[in-house]
Amino acid sequence: MASMKDPFEFQDFDEDSGNLLEPRRDAVTISIEHEDVKFEKKSAPPSADAYEEDPETSDDQAKLLSGQKKTPAFWTFEYYQKLFDVDTHHVKERIIGSLLPWPRKNFVHTYLRRNPDLYGPFWICTTLVFAIAISGNISTFLVNLGNSNYKYTPEFRKVTIAATAIFSYAWLIPLALWGVLLWRSNKVMNIVSYSFMEIVCVYGYSLAVYIPAVIIWILPFAWLQWLSILVALCLSGSVLVLTFWPAVRDDHPKVYITILSTIVTFNVLLAIGCKMYFFSKPENLPEKPPGPTVAVKLST
Amino acid sequence: MADDANKPFAGLADVSISEDIAVEGDISVPVGSSRVDEDMSTLDEPVKETVLRDLRAVGKKFVHVLYPKKSSALLRDWDLWGPLLLCVTLALLLQGGAVDQGEQGGPQFAEVFVIVWLGSVVITLNSQLLGGTLSFFQSLCVLGYCILPLTSSLLLCRILLLVANNNAVTFSVRLLVVCASFGWSTFASTAFLADSQPPNRRALVVYPVFLFYFVIGWIILTFSP
Repeated sequence: MASMKDPFEFQDFDEDSGNLLEPRRDAVTISIEHEDVKFEKKSAPPSADAYEEDPETSDDQAKLLSGQKKTPAFWTFEYYQKLFDVDTHHVKERIIGSLLPWPRKNFVHTYLRRNPDLYGPFWICTTLVFAIAISGNISTFLVNLGNSNYKYTPEFRKVTIAATAIFSYAWLIPLALWGVLLWRSNKVMNIVSYSFMEIVCVYGYSLAVYIPAVIIWILPFAWLQWLSILVALCLSGSVLVLTFWPAVRDDHPKVYITILSTIVTFNVLLAIGCKMYFFSKPENLPEKPPGPTVAVKLST
Repeated sequence: MADDANKPFAGLADVSISEDIAVEGDISVPVGSSRVDEDMSTLDEPVKETVLRDLRAVGKKFVHVLYPKKSSALLRDWDLWGPLLLCVTLALLLQGGAVDQGEQGGPQFAEVFVIVWLGSVVITLNSQLLGGTLSFFQSLCVLGYCILPLTSSLLLCRILLLVANNNAVTFSVRLLVVCASFGWSTFASTAFLADSQPPNRRALVVYPVFLFYFVIGWIILTFSP
């Protein structure tokens, strides 16, 4: 349709017109420029019962017109891109938060804030796998340094074993925990259940404290190794317990004690298991003179 | 209405095409027959030319890796020949290590391939998920080409182990060489990859590259024939 004005003249559109068309004022908005992902929650800070996951109302108009957060299907690339929506300082804060647990600070509430990421858990687990394999290798080498019977091998098979152990800890236990929390939240009114990604995120970041611990284990002093295991266990265990305590405290005491002690037990099992398998204790081999032994072997 | 329809070009007065008037004419674009002659046909040239051209392209990219400046040559004309050559060389040079150890020896030929290519794919996916602008194969190309310093350090280490005994002095020399080449690789690949990321996520993209080359450097360092 021919308008009165010159059709080629540029028309200025108001930059904020997208906000005006938003149907809900308290919705979470994300600005389109990806430099700064701003999370402006207009509502009050989340309380325990408001933390339930809202069912996603699919409002076509809202999706098209506003910048409202929509959840794409899990087989699309965009779904996973949403899980990597973190900046460097976010990851740094989360790692520091997992290293220094504080009694009132729930990891999920304080650091994740409804933006769980998959970057941290994945790369912390991968780093831990390689750190364990390499440190175990170095420690075995150092322990057997004076030993002439020992031939150095790089032991690459252990990387796959370490990877299996750590990745199954970081994925299967959150799966089980998520299932249990979901089941309890159906039975008991006030239980909040975290989403699966948030639980994976907490577990992944709680493993971050093991990376320096594993590097300390290279030094062949038994007291240092056990001290660092203790410290690492306390820190990561307390991060996990402090995260899940608000979720289960409204439940029957037997149930929450079971859940929390299972979490701690698996944590301990992982730490001790890794220490036992990858780091050999200095074995007291008697110093055999090589001559006569070789003669004996040749003659038999 | 019938009156209007009978008059030719009746609808044109309103500057709108009415449905009664048939659109006539030929709107097909004549196919340029001169295009075949313009392209130089590379089908007829001798094989030596083709191979040399590709080798020259690969060699040019090697030079770009050795002296990393901000150039887009690696990204614009990406190819995977260089990474393949480097990977095969790396895998071949890592053979013959402690074969009598059975299963606790060094990596097998296929394992080196898996480590290099799987690692590159994972890092590429990571940088794409974080919002990078490089395409999948460009990223693979950069990561593969930047293994060049590490491969040459492996060559040096093998020569050193052939010539001298495996004692503390040779170990420290090897350590130095591998560390230097690891730093060079990471620096070179960062020079190419860092620009494609938003500035507040650069460290998140560089760290996996660091880990990747660290692991390869570790494999090279612990190789003992």
